[in-house]
Amino acid sequence: MSPSLFIAATETTGDKFLTLFIGVAVFAAVFLGILILASLFKGRTGERVQALAFVGPTILFIALALVYPAILTVRRAFYSGKFFDLNFGTPRTRGKFVGTENFEKLWTTPGLTEVFRNTALWVILVPLLATGLGLLYAILIDRAKGEALSKALIFLPMAISMVGATLIWKFVYNWNGALEADGSPVEQVGLVNAIVTKLGMDPINFLGEAPLNTFALIVIMIWIQAGFAMTVLSAAIKAIPDEILEAARMDGVGGLKMFRFITLPSIRSSVIVVLTTIGIGTLKAFDIVQASSGGKLRDSVLANEFYTRSFVTQEPGLGAAIAIVIFVLVMPIIIFNIIQMRKDA
Amino acid sequence: MALNSKRRTASAFAGVAVASLALAACSSGSSDPTSSAGGDTDTKDYSKWCDLKSELQGKTVSIYTSIVAPEDAQQKESYKPFEECTGVTIKYEGDKDFEKNLPARAQTGNLPDVAYLPQPGLLKTMVDTGKAQPAAKSVADMVDKNFGADWKKYGTVDDTFYAAPLGANVKSYVWYSPKKFTEKGYAVPKTWDELMTLTAKIAADDAAAKPWCAGFGSGTATGWPGTDWIEDLLLRVADKDTYDKWVEHKIPFNDPKVLEALGKAGAILKDPKFSNGGYGAPNSIATVTFQDGGQPILTGKCYMHRQASFYGTMWPKDTNVAEDGDVWAFYLPSTNDTKPVLGGGEFVATFRDAPEVKAFATYLASADWANAKAKATPTGGWLSANKGLDPANLVSKLDQQSAKILTDPNAIFRFDGSDLMPSSVGAGSFWTEMTNWVNGQDDKTTLDNIEKSWPTS
Repeated sequence: MSPSLFIAATETTGDKFLTLFIGVAVFAAVFLGILILASLFKGRTGERVQALAFVGPTILFIALALVYPAILTVRRAFYSGKFFDLNFGTPRTRGKFVGTENFEKLWTTPGLTEVFRNTALWVILVPLLATGLGLLYAILIDRAKGEALSKALIFLPMAISMVGATLIWKFVYNWNGALEADGSPVEQVGLVNAIVTKLGMDPINFLGEAPLNTFALIVIMIWIQAGFAMTVLSAAIKAIPDEILEAARMDGVGGLKMFRFITLPSIRSSVIVVLTTIGIGTLKAFDIVQASSGGKLRDSVLANEFYTRSFVTQEPGLGAAIAIVIFVLVMPIIIFNIIQMRKDA
Repeated sequence: MALNSKRRTASAFAGVAVASLALAACSSGSSDPTSSAGGDTDTKDYSKWCDLKSELQGKTVSIYTSIVAPEDAQQKESYKPFEECTGVTIKYEGDKDFEKNLPARAQTGNLPDVAYLPQPGLLKTMVDTGKAQPAAKSVADMVDKNFGADWKKYGTVDDTFYAAPLGANVKSYVWYSPKKFTEKGYAVPKTWDELMTLTAKIAADDAAAKPWCAGFGSGTATGWPGTDWIEDLLLRVADKDTYDKWVEHKIPFNDPKVLEALGKAGAILKDPKFSNGGYGAPNSIATVTFQDGGQPILTGKCYMHRQASFYGTMWPKDTNVAEDGDVWAFYLPSTNDTKPVLGGGEFVATFRDAPEVKAFATYLASADWANAKAKATPTGGWLSANKGLDPANLVSKLDQQSAKILTDPNAIFRFDGSDLMPSSVGAGSFWTEMTNWVNGQDDKTTLDNIEKSWPTS
């Protein structure tokens, strides 16, 4: 199966559909085959075979599509060279073993320290604020009038892609110059700056000035993620048994105390899941930065830098080193998450 | 149990088979590098492509470029004479992310036959993949006939000629409003000193405007207009050899001459009296897009805007682009008697060793194509350094003036340096640091940071 076979088969739309259909058919056939084979075995052995038949393909695909590339990436981080494949290209550009040089570059490359600072801001602010706002909103609208509509409004941003959301916010933040040469203010097209200038203040270059632009972009991410937090937490709040709430009320608990001693402990596991999910999503988020300035205005984050170094500036070794840093940073969150899930189970 | 272990063996075998298949698929990308690059060049004559119809009839040549709709229509139109007389079909594919995707496609073995590379630096990368084909003799002959030696040099990597020049643009231009200049009694400056005197005069005369406006914003390529400023000025404060050495990193990036050039750029761009007309303080340059950068000239809030010839297509539709019209461009003056011209252009790289590809590459380097393309571009905004191009075929007056500058025997043409540098600098730190520079970072830190980022290998 040479790559050219695939390409030849996907030249026209008709061919593409045919390829798609064949792909789906093969998948269905393999799956059916596994089911039939597994059903042939009975008893204890049969159970094991069945388990293997179901888990086996998953493990195989995870090994091929996740573990194998991960090992390649780790290896890549210790080599120089222009291309991701170490043996690709002419002898001059092939990767040579350079030890930890790529990791040293994380600190010596101008601008990368700022990237770490920005990423830290993202990872700390987005999960806390998005979860906090989502939780506050969920409590405020719980059993209130028009709950469904209020929920839908906050949840809507989730349905927009990150790139789309960024483009919308670019209009909101738009800044077209501060003052004319004669000192009169420029008429602002951006929503926020139009309000700001109407209030008699100078327009703000939200996306241009560092570190302000990082905060402006963080707001976009919070705007997207708050809806997710709200939905999950609202469901968790609704799942608190009425008996507990009634008992608490009879004991004279209400208001903030109710939240502190009844609501929060009851939805603790949900809060942790939301915090960690948003945290991981934030570490990986590159769309917002890429769609705003591509990280060229001192607002880059690790995920964006990984993409730029790997594919734009042809420093795949440095790109791989950044990928490993992201992986190492995500690990504690995932481990914490798993420990919590075990506790709750 | 026996059955069970047999199945395990079988699945293990299957696993190994799939894994080795994946490995094979990966390694197929890294074909033997000795097979291409260098070696013997095809000496067959393809310059009479029409006579080769019997050989070429029915063949297909795929072409991949960064030129997308609507400009691609003019490209396709210009291939028609070749297609009609040889029977070859040209399959066109345009992609906005061309520059990122081409090296990736080389690594997955999915290369086009022909690609237009907008940067010689990218040509070097493609030669490094081992997949680029050295130019056939008839292509080289055609280039010798139609282009200057400078241009051929930019299509050459390690003494092997690979890619013929295609289009060109002139970057050493200052856009201005002839109407406004006449109204105020200003003359087009002929020397650098005159330019600076005029700048100070405008700043003193007109409190409601500023002499210069600029925009470095360009999405993920933000900062590139800044690199053109340094390059243009380095060609003016130093000679062409210093420029060449700087581009090849034979002198450090932060050489004193470069610092001097950056200082001259800063005297215009970073002085709040002189820029940024129509937008406010100089740091607004970082976020104003390059397309918007010169537009305040039309509203009278700005007098001058340094940008390449292609800026002519960015004025609103009803703007009169003429020597006595709403906008026009003058040559960015030199500091001495030399006439350095900074420019850019595309190069035709080929990736398949086949007669139809070579014939097509020969056609693209010929005067026939350059004139066909000029005729197929009724809106203007295109030109080539091809000596066989008849200026009368160029629709726009500005293109005619640019062609004159490019073919002027006194002109010293130099290619946009950032396009020649390694991409970690030319498409990375150079852009970022110029953006930081216009945002307030000092000259020395800016150049030192770029020097630090120059790849060691």
